[in-house]
Amino acid sequence: MSLKNYTLFLADTSLILGQRLGEWCGHGPVLEQDIALTNIALDYVGRARLLYQYVSELDANGKSEDNYAMMREEREFKNLLLVEHPNIDFGFTVARQFLIDAFFVPYLEELSKSKNERLSHIADKALKESQYHLRWSSEWMIRLGDGTEESHKRIQSAVNSLWEFSGELFSPVPYEKEMLLEGIAPDVENILTRWNQSVNSVFSEATIIKPKDSWFQKGGKEGVHTEHLGYILSDMQYLQRTYPGQDW
Amino acid sequence: MKNPITKLVESIGNEQKSPLPEKKPENANEVIQLLSQITDPEIPVINIHELGILRNVTWNNTYYEVTITPTYVGCPAMGMIEMSIRQVLDQYSIPYKIITSLHPSWTTDWITDIGKFKLKEYGIAPPSTQKRIQNLFEGQGIVECPRCNSANTILISEFASTACKSLYKCNECLEPFDYFKCH
Repeated sequence: MSLKNYTLFLADTSLILGQRLGEWCGHGPVLEQDIALTNIALDYVGRARLLYQYVSELDANGKSEDNYAMMREEREFKNLLLVEHPNIDFGFTVARQFLIDAFFVPYLEELSKSKNERLSHIADKALKESQYHLRWSSEWMIRLGDGTEESHKRIQSAVNSLWEFSGELFSPVPYEKEMLLEGIAPDVENILTRWNQSVNSVFSEATIIKPKDSWFQKGGKEGVHTEHLGYILSDMQYLQRTYPGQDW
Repeated sequence: MKNPITKLVESIGNEQKSPLPEKKPENANEVIQLLSQITDPEIPVINIHELGILRNVTWNNTYYEVTITPTYVGCPAMGMIEMSIRQVLDQYSIPYKIITSLHPSWTTDWITDIGKFKLKEYGIAPPSTQKRIQNLFEGQGIVECPRCNSANTILISEFASTACKSLYKCNECLEPFDYFKCH
């Protein structure tokens, strides 16, 4: 059960972030960045598919990967709160992406050493993609942070609003702790050190002030979400809810 | 009037689309040869063997195990490629099972030299063999223009028309071009 929940946490985080980034399709600030955002979205949706496929094999009730993505409700989703935040503007999206990329690079590196072969292979594959994403989001953090007065103001305010959701990355819930004991999940304590290194170095070059740690929002990993998730699901799941089993 | 590059591209494309042989493949090597006729749907000059997607074919007493690996996890071409494999093998009533393997994960180092040559002829700069640059804002190393071979090129966008490419522009001949990024 814990393995299933843990895999769903990884899958849901990937899917919701993929869906959010996908919302930029046709709305990017310039064509190249529109393509960048949707390319990254595609990587996340691909990652989510591999993870849901694994979940559906773990669970012998015959549910398909699509069932997991399209027919579950808010309280069943285990994604990080950070990824369900609306895109707001390009700077906000970049900041959200940078915080998560700086997390995923060390996280996937550790997960690729997992005792669970299936997850380790998926992590190994996804790692290269996340390294490429991190480079893109780091460069944009610096361009916007150390850019114009307006871009600096927006990226700083995005970081300020997102900060309280960053603590959840490093607060393991019971199923993660169990997976850590079994040698399946990485130890987020170690990830935190490396995440801080990336964040400090990019923030300093981007002239972004790192917010002070205070109270952190949690709950996403256990199905307690912000109001935003319901809106994403109603958009994303509309077709399957209206025409169950529809295929093309 | 067709320019020489278009003609060359068409000739390479035609070479790939040669009809399937009449003889049914009798061993794993012949199955690999047969499947090597399948090209990437986005880059029709290069086949799945040259691209490193088709990893292995082995005979398993009753059926062939065809192992493929995705380039990028979300690459929509994978579904097409798997369907093409099924179509070809079904035509010969060959028993098979397709296995998608993620490990070791695909790398551009698996693109064969012929594959790299074909990419370049098609107008896509092949992945550089030089050291991968990790520093921010330093691009992806020296990327040569596939048309005029100039090294005086500039990165326009890390992400381009497909997951496996980035977009460059040549400062000499001024043509934009795709670069098959190192992965």
